[in-house]
Amino acid sequence: MLSIDILLNAIVTGILLGSVYASLALGLGITFGILHIPNIAHPTLVVAGAFFVYTLAQWGLDPIVAAVIGLVPFYLLGVVLYAFYSAVFERKGGANVLQSLTLFFGLSLVIEILLSLGFGSELKSVSVSYIGSSLKLGVLTVPYRLLIPALLAPVTIAAVWFYLSRTNSGTAIRAVAHEERALSIAGLNPASVKRHAFGIATATAVIAGAALIMVGPIEPFAGRYQIGRVFAIVVLAGMGSIPGSLVIAIIIGIAEALVSSYLNPSWSPGVAFAILLLGLALRPQGLFGAAR
Amino acid sequence: MTEPVLSLKGVEKLFGSFRALGPVDLVVGAGERLGIIGPNGSGKTTLINCITGVYQPDKGSVYFEGRDISHLQAHKRARMGIARSFQIPRPFTGMTVFENLLVPLDYCHVEGSKQERARAVLASVGLSGRSSDPSEKLTQLELRKLELARALVGNPKVLIADEAMAGLSEEEIDEVLAILLALNRSGVAVIMIEHIMHAVMRFSQRVVCFETGRLIAAGTSSEIAENPLVQKVYFGE
Amino acid sequence: MRKNSLVFLAGIVIVLALGFLMPWLLRNPFYFFAGYVVLQYVTIATGWNILGGYAGYINFGAAGFFGAGVYLSAFLFTTFGLPLPLCILAAAIVGAILGVLMGYLTLRIQGVYFAIATLGLVVVLETIVHNISGLGGASGMAVYGPRPPAWSPGPSQYNFTVMLVIAVVSVALARWVEISWIGRGLRAVRASEDAAECSGVPTLRLKLVACALSGAVLAAAGAPYPFYTSFVEPVTAFSLIIGLNAIAMPLIGGTRTWVGPVIGALLLASVQQIATVTISSELNILFVGAVLIAFVAFAPGGISDLFGRNKGRARS
Repeated sequence: MLSIDILLNAIVTGILLGSVYASLALGLGITFGILHIPNIAHPTLVVAGAFFVYTLAQWGLDPIVAAVIGLVPFYLLGVVLYAFYSAVFERKGGANVLQSLTLFFGLSLVIEILLSLGFGSELKSVSVSYIGSSLKLGVLTVPYRLLIPALLAPVTIAAVWFYLSRTNSGTAIRAVAHEERALSIAGLNPASVKRHAFGIATATAVIAGAALIMVGPIEPFAGRYQIGRVFAIVVLAGMGSIPGSLVIAIIIGIAEALVSSYLNPSWSPGVAFAILLLGLALRPQGLFGAAR
Repeated sequence: MTEPVLSLKGVEKLFGSFRALGPVDLVVGAGERLGIIGPNGSGKTTLINCITGVYQPDKGSVYFEGRDISHLQAHKRARMGIARSFQIPRPFTGMTVFENLLVPLDYCHVEGSKQERARAVLASVGLSGRSSDPSEKLTQLELRKLELARALVGNPKVLIADEAMAGLSEEEIDEVLAILLALNRSGVAVIMIEHIMHAVMRFSQRVVCFETGRLIAAGTSSEIAENPLVQKVYFGE
Repeated sequence: MRKNSLVFLAGIVIVLALGFLMPWLLRNPFYFFAGYVVLQYVTIATGWNILGGYAGYINFGAAGFFGAGVYLSAFLFTTFGLPLPLCILAAAIVGAILGVLMGYLTLRIQGVYFAIATLGLVVVLETIVHNISGLGGASGMAVYGPRPPAWSPGPSQYNFTVMLVIAVVSVALARWVEISWIGRGLRAVRASEDAAECSGVPTLRLKLVACALSGAVLAAAGAPYPFYTSFVEPVTAFSLIIGLNAIAMPLIGGTRTWVGPVIGALLLASVQQIATVTISSELNILFVGAVLIAFVAFAPGGISDLFGRNKGRARS
């Protein structure tokens, strides 16, 4: 029953899948974990990114190239979204968290419907030359469609984490959530720092979208299956801990792969959520974050 | 000698590796007027939160009338008789001034009818005229009075007034002091956290000074005023 | 206060009387199909608002509770032949348990986590239902409803009347919560949870009560659904538009009182019923989504607030 083959393959698949999930959660880690803006539209933005990559792929572009091209438009999209969000809420003197949640919820639905109207509701995928075959390492079979996106993720995460911890503007982003006054005294405009951060977060969505569509086909409402995973990652890793999110994402990936192999693949959307609830019940502040 | 109304033994509170409070030993006698001073960030609000139950201490114990309440939930402590007002007033918006006072009365036992008690307390703080006004529409002074009224409506044994006079004019400060003194005369211990020195010194029987989470000095108003440690904390070397 | 309650009671009696008489007066069953949906949404909006409006904790997964009610009811009826009223009761109980579970796991932290967990809940419940072949899986399950009793002219009229009773009970429940000490405590929690807790309000307990009542009403709203459609499938039982309407309707009508969700539901559901004939379901969702965004951004107090019924700032 417990063949080593299946177990090893499941674990490796899980690690790769987890890596992809981490890239999905990255943007949310910035907006929710660091800025404390509950942007639940992020998974939908990732799906929008995937469709963007899909569209460019129809013209023969490689998905990764498409994603890089998408960085600037998606950054701008993030800036616009933040401008809308702050115009609505900053006007009233600070955001009511639950109202902003509702705003993003409405936004995500609008985006999903627009995608659905634009692309239809059937599954869409990209066909790339290197996807479809697998790497064989002894008893392991590692499909390229998992391996390549999984490598994308740590690169993006490392880049963002490096930016946030080593550069001045990155440090400003990390500080802006609780030190607005200190920032303005230092001559920085908190609003533009947040806007910049939101732009970066949305730019990561197009990379995550490329990863997603390489792993498997997507449809406009795919975002809702990712929400559980993405939030499990951000919350359990503790707010603002980006390296921690990679660890949690991999744990979730492995758990899902094991459930897929030994039980039934159709149970996997529930795994992350179950882990999230369990984690919240046992340790509300996350595994890496600071206690409240 | 009656049991002290509050007693803290070795209370510590940490946030991650940051030590916000402690270890602190403090005793508050029944019916006492205690003043707590100290710069911002010295742990005064953390102290109150540990007493009222918003935080649970990481080490040490909190006793109320001899009973260990260290791990009791905040609302239970409130029902036992520990009341507080908040530094920045938190009225129950969306409700009238009168309704604001009815909320604690749903849970704290008072003699007679709830409505009568609420009316009486409103009168004692001078808010009768605003009874049916929405609580969002009050002035700064009225908000602070509402804070205090809500805190004392349930017949507490101890009231913690957290910077209840911040931002008020001299006359308004006198009004609030009068309310607190009247309350104290009826046997309620009052802990006053304040930056307005003359108010604290006038009001308190005993004053303690905090710095970086530790209690660094205790004594009468004049003793504290002349204490070199306290002077250093406030005025520098 | 007493007088208001008597007026309300009189109103209920009139509404119920009309509800029982109308099937004999109106011949066209379409009114009862459409009316069922409108009443269903009155129930959903009212149930959602007990937690979302009174306590300020937003539930994005109303569809999860609704769908749970749908499937439990369908299961109990087809497997055990349980009569409809018991199916509704069972759904309400399960809805309450689900609500308390969700609440207990997430409300001890922050409201945000509760909201997000409810989002995930819909997916999880849908996944579970998908995987249980006894419930028909993705392809759905047919339900052959009970024969309507003698006092009802036909099945669609019977379903309408059942839904009317559920709606009336839900609204009465919401009104009772609102004017009772529970409602007052919830309003305090909504205004300032810390201040409420320090005033003696058992905030967690009250929130869990609100979760239970809200969950019960949402699930009860779904219980008659299998008999209304004769066929249940996960996609419609856990449909997006349910969760969206559950939020949009109280938001539009006003979240402070029991009247808001009723107004919002009557308005929005009627518009959608008329529109469904002419526009696609996707455009419907787009429309409601846009309306939701507009109201959150510009009129968070809803129509009730706009007309000055309740002058008060929304929770901040």
